[in-house]
This record gives sequence, structure tokens and C-alpha cells, in this order.
Amino acid sequence: MINFLARRLLQSAMILLGVSLITFALLYLLPSDPVRQIAGRSATAQTVANIREQLGLDQPFVVQYWRYLTSLVQGDLGRSYLQKTEVSTLIAARLPASLLLMVGAIVAELVVGLTMGVVAALRRGTATDNSLMIASFIGVSAPQFVVGLLLLYVFAVQLGWFPIGGYGTFSHLVLPAMTLGILGSGWYSRMMRSSMIDVLRQDFIRTAHAKGLSRARVLLRHALPNAILPIIAMIGIDVGIFMGGIVVVESVFGWPGIGQLAWQAIQRVDIPIIMGVTLVSACAIVIGNLVADIASLFADPRIKVR
Amino acid sequence: MTLAQDISPPPPAAGENTILTVDNLCISVRTEQGLMPLVENLSFNLSKGETLAIAGESGSGKSLTSLAIMGLLPPPAVRVTGGSIRFDDLVLTGMPEHRLQQLRGNRIAMIFQEPMTALNPVMRIGAQLVEAIRAHENISVSQARKRALEAVRAVRLTEPERRLRQYPHELSGGMRQRVVIAMAIALRPDILIADEPTTALDVTVQREVLDLLRDLARDMDTALILITHDMGVVAEMADHVLVMQDGRMVERAPVRKLFCTPEQPYTRKLLAAVPRMGTGHGVHPDSQNEPLVSFRDTRVAYDLHGGILGRVVQRVHAVEGVSFDIYPGETFALVGESGCGKSTIARALTGLVPHTGNIRFKGQPLGNNAIQRKKISRELQMVFQDPMAALNGRMTAGDLVREPLVIHGIGTAASRRDRAAALFARVGLGEDALDRYPHEFSGGQRQRICIARALALEPQLIIADESVSALDVSVQATVLDLLAELKREMNMAYLFISHDMAVVENIADRVAVMYLGQIVELGTGSQIFGDPRHPYTRRLIEAVPHADPDRALPARVIDATDPPSPVRAVGDPPQVVVHDDVGDGHLVARL
Repeated sequence: MINFLARRLLQSAMILLGVSLITFALLYLLPSDPVRQIAGRSATAQTVANIREQLGLDQPFVVQYWRYLTSLVQGDLGRSYLQKTEVSTLIAARLPASLLLMVGAIVAELVVGLTMGVVAALRRGTATDNSLMIASFIGVSAPQFVVGLLLLYVFAVQLGWFPIGGYGTFSHLVLPAMTLGILGSGWYSRMMRSSMIDVLRQDFIRTAHAKGLSRARVLLRHALPNAILPIIAMIGIDVGIFMGGIVVVESVFGWPGIGQLAWQAIQRVDIPIIMGVTLVSACAIVIGNLVADIASLFADPRIKVR
Repeated sequence: MTLAQDISPPPPAAGENTILTVDNLCISVRTEQGLMPLVENLSFNLSKGETLAIAGESGSGKSLTSLAIMGLLPPPAVRVTGGSIRFDDLVLTGMPEHRLQQLRGNRIAMIFQEPMTALNPVMRIGAQLVEAIRAHENISVSQARKRALEAVRAVRLTEPERRLRQYPHELSGGMRQRVVIAMAIALRPDILIADEPTTALDVTVQREVLDLLRDLARDMDTALILITHDMGVVAEMADHVLVMQDGRMVERAPVRKLFCTPEQPYTRKLLAAVPRMGTGHGVHPDSQNEPLVSFRDTRVAYDLHGGILGRVVQRVHAVEGVSFDIYPGETFALVGESGCGKSTIARALTGLVPHTGNIRFKGQPLGNNAIQRKKISRELQMVFQDPMAALNGRMTAGDLVREPLVIHGIGTAASRRDRAAALFARVGLGEDALDRYPHEFSGGQRQRICIARALALEPQLIIADESVSALDVSVQATVLDLLAELKREMNMAYLFISHDMAVVENIADRVAVMYLGQIVELGTGSQIFGDPRHPYTRRLIEAVPHADPDRALPARVIDATDPPSPVRAVGDPPQVVVHDDVGDGHLVARL
């Protein structure tokens, strides 16, 4: 177990190092010049050169990357070009909101997706199964901004059940979490359906019936714990998908998270913020997968830790 | 009156002791063409404490009958469409599900064929047993645990307390089947249905499980319905036998009567097809000849990695220092139980796993080199266990047989087609079979296609790895006959790999018995089967059930120890056995 964790942590660190290098290189190669953005159109060549020197942007790539990396390990993500604030402060202020949104989305997609999948599997080949699978197909294919606007229109504008936007109470969370989770619900309902159908065919389900257990018990105690195993690993991957989704969803609902921060920074080419958010996202994905792997380990005794 | 009723004796009148009455049972499956009957007009009685064997080949409806008694026919397509099943004074057919649940596992229990998958992999053994007990008895978890422990002791599992804390994957197949049996007997059912309970097990384990079932049924006065295709198991276990074919009862008789004076032609055919263990045959080949294949001190080992850096922590010694020769025209059999390394030898010979030591084919050393391999692969073909899995379902039978010719660039399209047709005729398939797809054939026909494919390149050696193990006995007999004919005609040699001692006894000229990656005894068929010297060989031969109800059962060997493992620490290789020649080339490992 210790061995396994040590190896996985080492791997995670390597992944993050790679991410930092790639994002840094991409932004270095970006044709848009941040110095121009900061200095404004009317700035003289001298001013531009001064700002460039001040920010260290005249140094060679390797020097710049090394400087970036050394401050990174000290928790310093740099200063925003435009807001004149530490990036780490900006992210720290907005991270809790994004995490809350993600947790809400995971809960939403698991509840909706798994229920749909199990019901579809038990009613296989019937109209219920077909309509659930059509719904999940729509969930998988609908773009999130469309889903978000649709939910907003129906449940906030027309019905008035939930606020139109903002942050603070549970009812603020419902619509953005649903929007973010709808893609995952579609995936999970399909995966859960096929996984469940597969498990229900297994010999040990027949054994459980032969023991004289009730159908409900066979389903809850024998079928579900086995059918859910392949889903667990998916949840880790989901965190990565969410990171793309929150940029859209937070903008639609005015949710004050890092997605919104990233969106604003991209519009203004505020490179330190973009890099900071990217790295935090990468961390979240790595941690999400690590947690999912450890969860699988506990859920499936056959997985051997080596 | 139907034909089936005409020719079969009426079921014995239900007496005092009758616990189960099946009366004119019909089971059908709903298809697009309407209801298809699977079991028709089946009637029989079962008395308390009786052991009834239901015997038949695949598709005879024997498993469906048992599922119908349990009320576990796969819904919604398959269901009982006529007749009744009475248990004690209850009518099971048409009984609502919640009342059936009270009987299932409690008064009627069932053991299934495949122990490897019959237990929930993510639940501890103890929890699965406790759950079964608590489903029927209103007792606390700790009381149920005590009962579970008793049941695990009753099936003679070693270290019972530890077993309850383990997960299914930590146990071997035989141990898992004991757990399933423990689960079934924990509540002392009136009827125990065992559906092919030992088919997936090694022969020595089968012996132990059969002994166990017999003892338990006797001690608890439980009626046992034993569903099996193995007439040897029937002869040893049953009081009465019911033979089924295509969903109908063919014959029902007391076991001795059925084996001595079978009345129906089908029963006679079934009994005639059962391979019977004799004392073997075969002579040593002339050692002046050059051997076709020779193994010298061949080893195959796999590394198991672990730790942060993935170092080699353990090694699986699958084959350890094996030496033997196969001469042209002989059938050389490798026998042993699962995991003994017999298939690994075949894989090393075909280059599918790397080996160390020497393997020579017609004097040429076989390296692990692909180009060299291709030349040799013409002379060396394989026929596997599962013909369906071995044939690409998207190619026609003709294309499958022609493919080796195409790969080796032999002949023209027309000549290849003629060759395939000739091969099909040789293995007993019509020319029209060339354009059909594998799923259109029966199991035995598919295995004939595999044999035709193996013959296409006129090999000198065919490796038959459990090639007849998955076939019904009557089909098995015809495929074995075909192999024997082909050998005579083409002077090929076989490396025949099997766990089935009776089949090996019938076909092999020379036999090597393998245990834990090494050969413990090697000799001609008559030396091994007529005069077995090594205790393991004797145990294997004695464990085989004979299709003869009058044969005395062999003495019990209760092996309480765990099977030894070929997995060993690095730097701790197993001791290679030394063989003594006990006369006329009969090699026996020194103990």
C-alpha cells in the first residue's frame, strides 16, 4: 500500500512537471504579446522595452521557465499582469466555489446517471429502457451552454424555482450543478446499463437467487457493488471533463469560481492567471484520478497492490 | 399417447417417502417462430435420501429441468408450459415468487457447475454464507456465523475461520466448490440439486468433492439430484438414473440395471461412447530413429514484478527442467492437472512463450527467432480446446482452412480450393460446408474444421491441447477415431495434451505425467496405466470415476493441505527431480 502510494505520488509529480512545461511553452509561443496589452497601444518603444525587462520577458526560454518553476514550488504562481494581485490569492479566493460546484455536479450525475442506468438494465428492451437511453443520448450530445440556458429559462425564468444566477445558497447550486453534470449523467447511465446487464448475467447472481434472497437484496447487495466497479475509475476522469465545463457553466450562471477567472484572463491575455488556473486544474485531475484509483482498490478486493 | 410414453416405464408410484414429483413437465422458450419446446412430458419421482442422476449430452434439457425445480428458469423467454412439480405437499409450478424464495436455499438447494464464478467476487466468503442462513432463519449475525463455520467444517475446508474472512479469488476452484456446497447444505435442505458439480474440477479434486457429496447426502438424509454428462460419475453416485435426450426422457432405471442391461438404443450408444480405462498400450519407439522433437532440460519461467521500481520479486516456474523426445508417428501424451505446465510446454514448442534449455525439431535447435519459426510452423500445427474461439467467425470454413496455404504461399487459388475440399472430405465434412460460417456448425464439426486447418500444411506434428475436452462423449469418440485414422494414414505424430486419463489411456502410445512443471513418470501407455509407480500417477488413475457401478470405490485420500504452488522466491528454484529407469524405459521420479 505504501509502495503503491509512493509510486503514484511520484508519477503525479512527474505529470504536473510535464503540464507546467507544456503550458509554459505554449504561452511562450503565443503570437499575442502580453507587454503590448499591458502597455497599451500608445506606449513608446522604450516603455514597452522597460516593461518587458521588468517582467523578465526578455530572457531566454530556459531561464524564464526555470524562474517560473522555482517560484512555483514555493507556491508562488506569479502576479496578474492586469489585476496587480498574486495569482495564488486570486485562485484561492475562487477555488472553494468551483470545488463546491464540482461536488454538486458529481452527486447530480451519479444520482441521475446510475438510477437511469439501473432502471434501464432492469427494464431492458422495453419502452422505459428506450426512452431512458434516448434521454441519455441527448444528455451526452447537448452542448453545455445550450443545456445551461435551457435550464435557466425553464426553471429560473419561467417557473422561478431557482435563482437566475449568483452564489451563496443551495438553490443557487442546483442549476449549475445539473448543467455541469448532465454530460456525465448521460455517460454513466449508458455505462451503468451495460455493466449492470453484464453483472446480472453472471453466475453469482444465480447463486444469490438460489440462496432464496429477495430480488431487492440480490440487486442491492450483489449486482450493484459489482456493476459500479468500472464506474469508479470514470469519476476520476470526470474531474478533467469538469475543468473544461466550469469555464462555460460558471460564465452562464455567474458562478464566482476559477472557470470565470480563467475566462476573464483568456480574454485579456493575462498569462500568469491562465497558467495558474491550468496548473490547478491539472492538480485537480491528478488528485481526482488518484482518489478514484484508491477507491477502486477498496471496492474491489481482487485488485492487488504491488 | 406419445412415443416417449410408449417406450419408457411409468414413473414409480408416489409412495410415503416421495419428496418430489415431476409430472408431465414441459418447458418452452419463446422465439420469433413461436413457442419452442425444450423439455417435453418429463415425469419422475424422488424419494427422501435417494440419489437420482439425470444424465444426457448438451441440449438434452437436464439443466433446465433443475432450474425449473428451483423456479429459476431465465425469465421471460423460458418458462414452464405444462405439467407440474410437487415438493412435499406444495405445488412449485405457478407458486408466487415470494413463497418460492422461502424454499430456495432452505429446503431445496442447488450447486452449480462453475465454481470460479459462482461466488460474488467483492463479498467475503463468511458474509455470503451468513447471508444465505439469515435469509431463512431469524437469528443474529454471530449465531449465523457459528452456523457458517459448522458448514465450512462439514465440507472439510482447511482453516475454516480464515476461509470465512477470505474473498473468493483467494481460493482455488476446488475450495470454492466446497464453499458453494457449504452454502447449499448450511440449512440442511431436503433436496440438493448438483448441476455438473465436478465438471470444471481436476480429477483428484473431483474425487474429493464426490466423496463429500455422497457423505453429506447420507448423513443428512438429503435427496440428491445429480446432473451430469459423465457416466463414470453416474455409476459411482446414483441410486437411480434418468437418461435424457433432446428434452425427453429416454430411460429411467436403477443404476445397476441401466449399466448392465440398458434397454434403449440411445442409452447403449451413450454407454458405448464412454472411454473406459484399460491398462494402456503402446511400445517404446526405436531410439535408433531420429526424434522429431526433443526437449532437453527445458524451462519456462515468468517473472512477477513488484516494489516501487518494479523489481522481480517472485518467479513462476511453469516448466522446470523437462526432457523427453517425440518420435515420428507416435502419440505422445502429456497428462496432469490444471497448472502443471502441460500447455506451457506446447506454447514453448510453438514459440508462443520464450524458453531456456533446449528444444530441437528434427535436430534443428529452436530459438526464440520469428523467421526460423515460420519455416517450422509448417510442420507443426495446433488444435485447441474451444473450436468456436479458435475459428474466426467472420471467415467461411473454406477460407479458414485455406488461410495457412495462403500465408505460406502454396498453390494457386484453384488448387487451394481443391485442397480444402479434399481436406473437408477427409475429416468427414461435405463440400457445401466450405462456404458456411463457423456458427452454422455443431461443436464436433467445428473441431473437424480445426483439424482440417491443421492438416492443410501436411504437418509432421500436431499439438492437440485438450482438443476433445469440450465435446460430448459421443462426439468425442468420433473425433478421437478421426485423429487415430489420420495418424495411421499420414504417419504424423501427436503431442496430445489432456487432463482426461481415460481419453489418454485410449489414444496414447507413450505418456508423461506432469506435476508442478516437472515430469514425475514417463513410459508407454501400458507402463503408466498397467504398472503406475509414482504415487501421484496412482492417485490420478484411481481418482477417475469408472462407468461401472459394481467397481469398489477407491480408498479415501483426504488431502487437507493446500495445493503446492509453482510461484517461488527469486533465487529459490525448485529441486529438479531425478528419474530412475525401473525397466524397459519406464522412468519414475525419485521420491
